[in-house]
Amino acid sequence: MSAAPIELPRWADTALVPLVSVAAALAVSGLVVIGIGESPLEATALLLRGALGSAEGIGFTLYYTTNFIFTGLAVAVAFHAGLFNIGGEGQATIAGIFAALACLWLAPLPGLLLVPLAILAAAAGGALYGFIPGWLQATRGSHVVITTIMFNFLAATLTVYLLVEVIGKPGSMQPETPEFAAHAVLTPMHKLLAPLGITLPSTPLNSAFLLALAALVAVWALIFRSRLGYAIRTVGANPRAAAYAGISPARITMVAMAISGALAGGLAVNEVMGVQHRLLLDFTAGYGFVGIAVALMGRGHPVGVALAALLFGVLYQGGAELSFDKPSITRDMVVVIGGVIILFAGALDGLFRRAVAALLRPGRAA
Amino acid sequence: MDAIAIFAVVLDSAIRLSVPLLCAAMAGLWSERAGVVDIGLEGKMLVAAFAAAVIAAQSGSAWAGLGAGILASVMLSLVHGFAAITWRGNQIVSGVAINMLAAGLTVILGNAWFGQGGRTPTLEGAARFGEITLPFAQTLREQVPGFGLIYDEVISGQSAPAYLALLAVVLTALVLKRTRFGLRLRAVGENPAAVDTAGISVAGLRYSAVIICGVLCGLGGTYLAVSQSAGFLPHMTAGKGFIALAAVIFANWRPWPALWACLLFGGLDAVAIRLQGVALPGIGQVPVQAIQALPYLMTVILLAGFIGRSTPPKAAGLPYVKER
Repeated sequence: MSAAPIELPRWADTALVPLVSVAAALAVSGLVVIGIGESPLEATALLLRGALGSAEGIGFTLYYTTNFIFTGLAVAVAFHAGLFNIGGEGQATIAGIFAALACLWLAPLPGLLLVPLAILAAAAGGALYGFIPGWLQATRGSHVVITTIMFNFLAATLTVYLLVEVIGKPGSMQPETPEFAAHAVLTPMHKLLAPLGITLPSTPLNSAFLLALAALVAVWALIFRSRLGYAIRTVGANPRAAAYAGISPARITMVAMAISGALAGGLAVNEVMGVQHRLLLDFTAGYGFVGIAVALMGRGHPVGVALAALLFGVLYQGGAELSFDKPSITRDMVVVIGGVIILFAGALDGLFRRAVAALLRPGRAA
Repeated sequence: MDAIAIFAVVLDSAIRLSVPLLCAAMAGLWSERAGVVDIGLEGKMLVAAFAAAVIAAQSGSAWAGLGAGILASVMLSLVHGFAAITWRGNQIVSGVAINMLAAGLTVILGNAWFGQGGRTPTLEGAARFGEITLPFAQTLREQVPGFGLIYDEVISGQSAPAYLALLAVVLTALVLKRTRFGLRLRAVGENPAAVDTAGISVAGLRYSAVIICGVLCGLGGTYLAVSQSAGFLPHMTAGKGFIALAAVIFANWRPWPALWACLLFGGLDAVAIRLQGVALPGIGQVPVQAIQALPYLMTVILLAGFIGRSTPPKAAGLPYVKER
């Protein structure tokens, strides 16, 4: 991101600026709610009750959060290398194809072997589809932003082709694969925790959530505690200095894009293997783009990503409940909020930094 | 139908499918030649389509719809300009934000106002741009074989925004190449510091480029909702803004090649529709998706330098910071 010349204390930079921009984004979204003739306060109350007011609501919230953790981390890792990966949707789509093929073709294997293999297949598919744009940028100079946009569309058309012509369920009008075998899917959380004496209502929340938590820790360790992470951050901060230090920016570009793609593949693990149990068209449903908002809000740090993903999980689940009570406020409200957050926390970062600086040092505003 | 009639029909539908691409490509070209990368073409067209459909339905005038479409699109352009020029924010991030805002807002407002799942009321009569029959269309069709048919089917009978889009290409090429404003605008995309040194406002030039970009996206979006369809459908731009972006890259940021790239991509779309379920002799049935994927695939291959070389404006995507 562009370095703003405004100096701020670290706590203000990492916590206050994102908070202020998110608050402003929510305020703008409140104006939209007023604009369509509803009360934002009532809407907020309904939304919070829907997302956090019951065990079932929390289950759904955490299920959505899982998706946002994966896509948010994917964007964040690329950010650290100074790359903008808009291709989360496409990478997750390819990961979904890989996972579905593994689940269908390796079905004779026992579950204990099949599920990890399918997860690895998803990660490999995402990594491959992230690696190619990285490789093209590193060796051929084509910009990763444009390539990943084009790759999103290519992945979508490939899925349509595969589902309609090749691996679609025979005799089905729906473009979808046959359902996976019962041992080829992830365990729902309410079944996973039942032996421990914890009874939960049945929700789409599944063991992919634990995988997402592990991914948060792994990304933290990778970025801030490993040699490779140091190299990634160095290339992101200054590729030329990195080259002088003996780090190859080309290699890091490819590696970072591959890791980013593998993380985006987590979305496919949660959706395809955890919830749908088959490959559907458009299962990525825009989660990849919201991941950009999550990464920007979370300042690229796993803790921030986790909090931002939780916020979007609440918005998604609460938004779904809200649209039952208030049909005029559809799920698309979350897309608007995501857009405003990307605008405020990302593109207008400078504006908010200046506002916060003025707030902290009244009188001598920068 | 004989071959020439089939050709005329496919060419006609290619042109119809190219018009929104053409508007958005010219829009992107203006913005990027001035150094402001815009991946928000899609969102601006979507908002324009929505605003145009709403106002055309309320006022009963397609031209009022065009005005509203342009206005809405320019407003979003100014948001992009404010973030990218005034606050030197990341232009890609701003573009993504604009696309998401547009996708969400149009559905929410459409649903709240009309309650038809985001659709707007169907446009009829003067609320929709009709076909304009050029002079002698009928006479030429009857008297000149070949060309007469093409003239009647393809050149004549398009709607007003389609002709405006073509005019936009001519104007873009002329203004960018032959006027002082155009020269300065191109300079600001290559070397803003030099323009600044000459005492010309970098921000002023970039804002004018961004506004022109908004006007053209407005035209493209309006065409989609008020001419090609009879109303707004959620997500009706369906990636056209990105194909336009691909066309700009394909054309190496030049107006006339961009026209051909748009016609090519529109033509591919028309052929894909035409070939649906048709078995070609010797090849068999070509999957429609393969043809649909071609514009994206060709752009990636071009960008990778396997065919030709792409040379974007040097300062594209870079905010200008005045030295102190």
